[in-house]
Amino acid sequence: MTTLDSHSAQGAIPSPGLVAGQSVVARLEDIRKTYYMGALSVEVLHGISLDFYAGDYISIMGPSGCGKSTLMNILGCLDQATEGKYYLGSEDTSQLGDDELSGIRGARLGFIFQSYNLIQQLDVLENIEMPLFYQGYSESESHEIAMGLAERVGLEDRLDHKPFELSGGQQQRVAIARALAVDPLIILADEPTGNLDTKSGAEILKLFDDLHAQGKTLIMVTHSDELAERTKREIRLIDGTVESDERLHA
Amino acid sequence: MSDFTLDTFVEHQARAASRSKFNLVRFKKITQVGVKSIFSHGLRSMLTVLGIVIGVAAVIAMLAVSEGASFEAQQQFRDLGASNILIKSVKPAAVEESTQRGFGPPQAVIYGLTNADITTIRDTIPGVSNVIASRIVKKNVWNLGISMNTDVVGTAVDYPISRNYNLRAGRFFSESEMRDHANVVVLSDEVASELFPIDNPLGNSIKIDSDYYNVVGIMESEGFSNLGQNQAGSSNAAPSRVFIPFTASKSRFGETTTRQTAGGMESETVELHEAIIQVEDQEAVIEVGEIIDQILQRRHRDVDYTIEIPLALLRQAEESALRDQIVAGAIAGISLLVGGIGIMNIMLASVTERTREIGIRRALGAKKRDIIAQFLVEAVILSGVGGLIGVVLGIIIPFVISIFWGMTTIVTPVAPILAFSISAMIGVVFGIYPSMRAADMDPVEALRHE
Repeated sequence: MTTLDSHSAQGAIPSPGLVAGQSVVARLEDIRKTYYMGALSVEVLHGISLDFYAGDYISIMGPSGCGKSTLMNILGCLDQATEGKYYLGSEDTSQLGDDELSGIRGARLGFIFQSYNLIQQLDVLENIEMPLFYQGYSESESHEIAMGLAERVGLEDRLDHKPFELSGGQQQRVAIARALAVDPLIILADEPTGNLDTKSGAEILKLFDDLHAQGKTLIMVTHSDELAERTKREIRLIDGTVESDERLHA
Repeated sequence: MSDFTLDTFVEHQARAASRSKFNLVRFKKITQVGVKSIFSHGLRSMLTVLGIVIGVAAVIAMLAVSEGASFEAQQQFRDLGASNILIKSVKPAAVEESTQRGFGPPQAVIYGLTNADITTIRDTIPGVSNVIASRIVKKNVWNLGISMNTDVVGTAVDYPISRNYNLRAGRFFSESEMRDHANVVVLSDEVASELFPIDNPLGNSIKIDSDYYNVVGIMESEGFSNLGQNQAGSSNAAPSRVFIPFTASKSRFGETTTRQTAGGMESETVELHEAIIQVEDQEAVIEVGEIIDQILQRRHRDVDYTIEIPLALLRQAEESALRDQIVAGAIAGISLLVGGIGIMNIMLASVTERTREIGIRRALGAKKRDIIAQFLVEAVILSGVGGLIGVVLGIIIPFVISIFWGMTTIVTPVAPILAFSISAMIGVVFGIYPSMRAADMDPVEALRHE
């Protein structure tokens, strides 16, 4: 097995905005996704190839039905491509079984959803600790990590609150802390400000900027041009193909 | 966040795998989550648990009641003595008819066992160790002004031993008193308390006809067996009895007993009312019983006797007790099954309701088996708690039954253990399908679920 660096050195796929010295954390190779509904089959992704670099801040844009969500599900190992290869780290995820995919999701990916997706019976601290539990961290270990993260997102005084006792912005901050818990390779955000007012949305985006500044790799799906402007690389999808892929900032 | 190679990933996975092995901390966490979700639907969970509670309590209580009933029945037969054979005189049906026909002076009916029968049985059948014959005469028994109509049983000294009767006080009459045709009497409990409400009957005397008898002992009342209540003359079913030496009975009341009923319209003569035949070897009891039947058939024109073999009846009682228990257990088991279906129903509802949560957990790294474990633990908690409450109730209910209805109930240790294990198993069996359904959900679909 080779590392991704040597892999990319073969230069199979030209990528825009390649920054020298940056390693590839995820690579899509000719990804196709077909949904079958009885006799009907619909291909929603028609061969997408992309490289994602460590520490990058990427936005994926496109109209409804362009395949954004499908692509995000594949990137998040929640779904597998019908054809093509998806390398996460050095692992070809198309070869993995359900348990291994669960393991990769839990250990290597962080999810931030539009509707926060916190677990209602659990309080703030327990929600942040949850991915750690599935990674087998001890109680004291995960407690310590979760406390640190809660502080980082500014919720240290809300630890025992249940999600319904929090504002939308606060809930999304809990979700961000949860996504950071296992120190993932990539953070995937799906319309993270879609349910928030301007002010809360701005706070969340500020947090994202901070994370980027700290070297986290962020991939964000959004409709908003304004939001995409803040990212470093903007990928536009249309009808299941990459329409454009530009580097906005160095 | 620099280079990332396979080695480090494998290392990481190994660490995660070793961490995620089953351990107490993990189990505790899963249990906590389970308890939380059970409590978040308090009423629903309670009703579900109730199904199991009723099932388990019913299993234990029904088994206790049927166990108690069969114990009582078996005890009765055991009281008669497992190595005994009982022969009783019965008025034959043919004779009964003939006496009722026509008018004319009352005719004395002669039937039943004779001393000759007893001698034959004792002397000719091998394996018979002892024969205790009794005559039963109905008399008014007096202590001063108090009287009581009771059975006066003339019997042998071995009588109480042969039937496992115990003396409450005093003693049974002795061989020498038997030889002397002594006027001594042993009272049954009922007679003692009726005739001597205040005094101690021991040392006092009672009057039967014109003779006085010294009270030497009091017999523990044991119901005198429900067997052979039909016995015509002897009214064997009477709960109250007094015992006098066989010899005394013969000399005071005559060689044969004559009893007149229904205003003197009917008169009968019976030599012996019952006999207990003791057999040396318990294995041979049934065989000896058959031989006795053959002998008596040859000696008697009418069938004016019955043969009861307590051992055979005991065997029958044991068999029917087993059958009763199977039926009772099956009925209770059905209610347990219904409880299990209740759990499955509620778990399915819970899985549907928490589809989103399942999606979230899967996205955050929960494996299928983590989801299975979570729902299974919940189902087992429900059925386990139900089982525990059921066991407590199942032990209390028979206790209450025996206090208020005076029934004998026996809670064997097996019943609660069995019922509880079944209830726990039901949690697993009926929880596994909903859990698998939860685990098999597509994470993407689950996350999209509203």
